[in-house]
Amino acid sequence: MEKATAPSNHNNKPKKPRGQVSISSERCKGCGFCVAFCPTGALEMSEGYNAKGYHYPELANPEKCSGCDLCGMYCPDFAICGARVPWSEAASAVTKE
Amino acid sequence: MTQATADACEQITSKTEEFVRSDRMPHIWCPGCGIGTTVNCFTRAIEQCGVDLNKLAIVSGIGCTGRVAGYLNLDSFHTTHGRAIPFATGLKLSNPDLKVVLYSGDGDLIAIGGNHFIHAARRNLDITVICVNNFNYAMTGGQVAPTTPIDAIGTTAPYGVCERSFNLPFLADSCGAVYVARWTAFHVRQLTKAMVEAVNKRGFSFVEVITPCPTLYERRNRLGDGLARMEWYKENSVIKHDADTRECDIDFQGKIVCGKFVDKEDVPSLLQKRNQKTEELRVKGIACD
Repeated sequence: MEKATAPSNHNNKPKKPRGQVSISSERCKGCGFCVAFCPTGALEMSEGYNAKGYHYPELANPEKCSGCDLCGMYCPDFAICGARVPWSEAASAVTKE
Repeated sequence: MTQATADACEQITSKTEEFVRSDRMPHIWCPGCGIGTTVNCFTRAIEQCGVDLNKLAIVSGIGCTGRVAGYLNLDSFHTTHGRAIPFATGLKLSNPDLKVVLYSGDGDLIAIGGNHFIHAARRNLDITVICVNNFNYAMTGGQVAPTTPIDAIGTTAPYGVCERSFNLPFLADSCGAVYVARWTAFHVRQLTKAMVEAVNKRGFSFVEVITPCPTLYERRNRLGDGLARMEWYKENSVIKHDADTRECDIDFQGKIVCGKFVDKEDVPSLLQKRNQKTEELRVKGIACD
């Protein structure tokens, strides 16, 4: 399979790899650490509830996520993690049940 | 979302996930508790150390933090209350190749296990002690601990504590610890680095981690939830490396001095001194094996 190349912006520089987060919503206890300490402001608390009645985070601004995994370091419930991925695979969050 | 994207996302797993027993999740810690955050730092630290996981043992006592040993998918021991250090002493002396890490709370290590703590530091036993300090006995209902700051409210001090609290870095330093650091649960990167240094250090290394206890300490003292406390740590922590540990007291709602305070090189550990003594006696023809 041919390797995908990043689209160029106006400077003809390849776009930086973006990040991806994976959220286990059922583990979340809604403390809000990930949303508060995300350095780029990519996360927001969702409107929805999990089975325990907590609001869980969601990747509201996927284009802002850098994949630094600071959310994964702060999460006391091991419910979220971030990673850097090639640009073609980025830009959406997976919410595991 | 396309199938390809979904597959790519499935591959993202937390670095902590490899080290925790997923079947025990969700854990018992309250929403906003900082112990889970310290576990994240610890798992990344042991990954960065490159330590052989078959040569690593986690020992903990009783309490909220004592549950860490049960949640980590490593060789771990959940010992009796306050006796984590005696257990670790035996473990280390009988298996000198083993890396022993103690992961326990302030109530277990400093209150009931206080004597063991000072003697392990005095002997310079080659173990790493990570003390998660949440300023009270959280598992039993928020009673006053030796680390509760003066004027703070606890279940057993409804009008405020009138006793002086322990300054843990000073305690460890004065007893002879070779590595002493203090960070809060907010300082995740620095804490990870401190844990790497502590695990790699030969001798008694001590890392104190200040964490929020939103259900008891913060609620009784009306300090907000876990997130509010983390924001407070962010604003009220002063990073002072190599600070005099005598000046690292924690006052109620006072500034928290963080940093690496002590890092001594080439101090012989208990095992080295024991082996040296045995060798000396063998040369004199006194010792038998």
